[in-house]
Amino acid sequence: MKTESRLEKVLASGALAVTSECGPPRGAVPEKVKEKAELLRGSVDVINVTDNQTAMVRMSSWAAGILIRQLGLDPVLQMVTRDRNRLAMQADIIGAYSHGINTMLCLSGDHPHFGDHPMASNVYDLDSVQLIQAVVKMRDEGKFQGGKDIDHPPKMFVGAAANPFADPFELRVMRLAKKVKAGVDFIQTQCIYNLDKFETWMKGVCDRGLHEQVYILAGITPMKTAGMARYMKNRVPGMDVPDEVVKRMESVPKEQQPEEGIKIAVETIQRLKEVKGVAGFHVMAIEWEEKVPEIVEKAGLLPRPEV
Amino acid sequence: MSDTFEPEIVAFCCHYCAYTAADMAGSKRISYPPNVKIIRVPCTGKVDAIHIMKALEKGADGVYVAGCLEGDCHFKTGNIRAAHRVRRVQALLEEIGVEPQRVEMITMSAGMGERFAKTARDFTEKIRQLGPSPVTTAARDSRRRAVS
Amino acid sequence: MITAVRKPMEEIIACVEPYDRILLVGCNECVSVCSAGGRKEVALLASALHMHFMKQGKTMDIREMTLERQCDPEYVEELVTSVDGADAVLSMACGCGVQTIAARYREKPVFPAVNTTFMGASERQGVWSERCQGCGDCVLGITGGICPIARCSKRLMNGPCGGSTKGKCEIDANIDCAWQLIWDRLKALGLERRIEDIMEAKDWRTSRDGGPRKIIREDLAS
Repeated sequence: MKTESRLEKVLASGALAVTSECGPPRGAVPEKVKEKAELLRGSVDVINVTDNQTAMVRMSSWAAGILIRQLGLDPVLQMVTRDRNRLAMQADIIGAYSHGINTMLCLSGDHPHFGDHPMASNVYDLDSVQLIQAVVKMRDEGKFQGGKDIDHPPKMFVGAAANPFADPFELRVMRLAKKVKAGVDFIQTQCIYNLDKFETWMKGVCDRGLHEQVYILAGITPMKTAGMARYMKNRVPGMDVPDEVVKRMESVPKEQQPEEGIKIAVETIQRLKEVKGVAGFHVMAIEWEEKVPEIVEKAGLLPRPEV
Repeated sequence: MSDTFEPEIVAFCCHYCAYTAADMAGSKRISYPPNVKIIRVPCTGKVDAIHIMKALEKGADGVYVAGCLEGDCHFKTGNIRAAHRVRRVQALLEEIGVEPQRVEMITMSAGMGERFAKTARDFTEKIRQLGPSPVTTAARDSRRRAVS
Repeated sequence: MITAVRKPMEEIIACVEPYDRILLVGCNECVSVCSAGGRKEVALLASALHMHFMKQGKTMDIREMTLERQCDPEYVEELVTSVDGADAVLSMACGCGVQTIAARYREKPVFPAVNTTFMGASERQGVWSERCQGCGDCVLGITGGICPIARCSKRLMNGPCGGSTKGKCEIDANIDCAWQLIWDRLKALGLERRIEDIMEAKDWRTSRDGGPRKIIREDLAS
């Protein structure tokens, strides 16, 4: 065991892991964080806390993470390289770890163009691969980027994202291999709607034996409406929503669409459970956290293991 | 003053079309306003933005560039370039608060004597409606004040 | 080349309005090539300014000059007599040129008439694109001749990110995904495996982050 991370323990036990996420509020409302986290209690192993997602200012990931930790739940510190240089990132990692946060996710983050601060400087001192390297170096070598020793190095279980659907597709396995080479422990993928394409990617991953070097959690996002399906298909970069999924959402009356969306999510999990190399699920119910327990239960992923 | 206003118009005319059309208008005795001062150019592609600007600066109330019909330029794309430059000058005029309509790109063929005359009449009328160029008005006024 | 675009007339006018005699200085180098501040643009700007002030009944004395290279003190020296006859200088060169004039003629106000934008190359007539950020530690040799720092919106050193779509960047469909270009080029060169080599965290000291940079060539500087 490299860390004290609950996620690492669950994955090491051989059980399918379940993670979810919680977007912190756009204001000093700690209750909001706690409410959202409580909805997930008992249904998931760890809770990702997003870091200024879609390049909009929110309560910082580590601060919201501490609030979640105080509830006795396990947060995953998400960290984008867009907003901070390597000094600030390493400082936050030590700080978060000092508060009992031992799992993190390294991301490059959405470009400021997408958020409500398009005028902000985008830092990118490091990229996501280099951030993985930095965190692993802190943990395994006890060294800062500058080369000096860390007094009590933070032992983070290190995650990263993978998008099996972005272009160029032929590069997608190679890019995962690169993150594995950088030392990543687990991967949470982009939301999966095109299962065939995901399985093709997973096959490529397994052919290279990468699934034995990294835990891969498949990304699941239930769709609330047919409108959301269309939006994700047409407007969200790097998202692959096949026509038949949109049609299926459109084929039921509006009031039944949320239910249909959940059905699709559950079916997706059930099919992907059988796919070689899938080590768990990352259920991202965007502003719909209350549905996560239902999805997890229907997918037969309860109870969560005690580790 | 606007009753007696006679606009000064400068027309850059391509030798291969508009200028020949003007000739034809003359030989056919089709009249067009004397306000239009024709400058013959080998191709409208030779008309640079600065030529149009200088005409306005030196007192023209309106300037138009008359070139060949699209696709008929003797030098292939001179008229297209001229049209781009006219647009650029229009944008610049707008920035300094001068009506961009004072500058225009017009196309015709050598045989269109009637069109040449009509264009000259229409453009002159348009500028007459716009009134004297704001560039020269202030200068004229201050000169008049100095004299009286 | 260094590219630039003219500032809005409103901003230029506000700068020179308080003065009666302006020396308008262009540059024959980069800004001339990118049609922002060469002889032609100097003439056009002078004419536009003349017209603007004539409209207001004011005669603005504008002297036009275009130097061979405005970022070189040797050429800026040529302005010595003209500067005397002007209340202010309006420069159409890049920021380097403006500063060379400001350094040489300390008591004369200097205003930029263009916004210096980027180091770029000409794609075709009238189109220029950013190509280099002058990071001081060129990686083009390992990225197939395409710069991820200048051309990836997130300047990722280990791209592409998850937003690359059909060869275009997620922030603008008119921007090529630099990492798609790099990948295509590495393939063409038969160097596909290179894409899996991790580019380590960059040492930005050679870039602007290390403070203002200077090159001293001892053999030339004596």
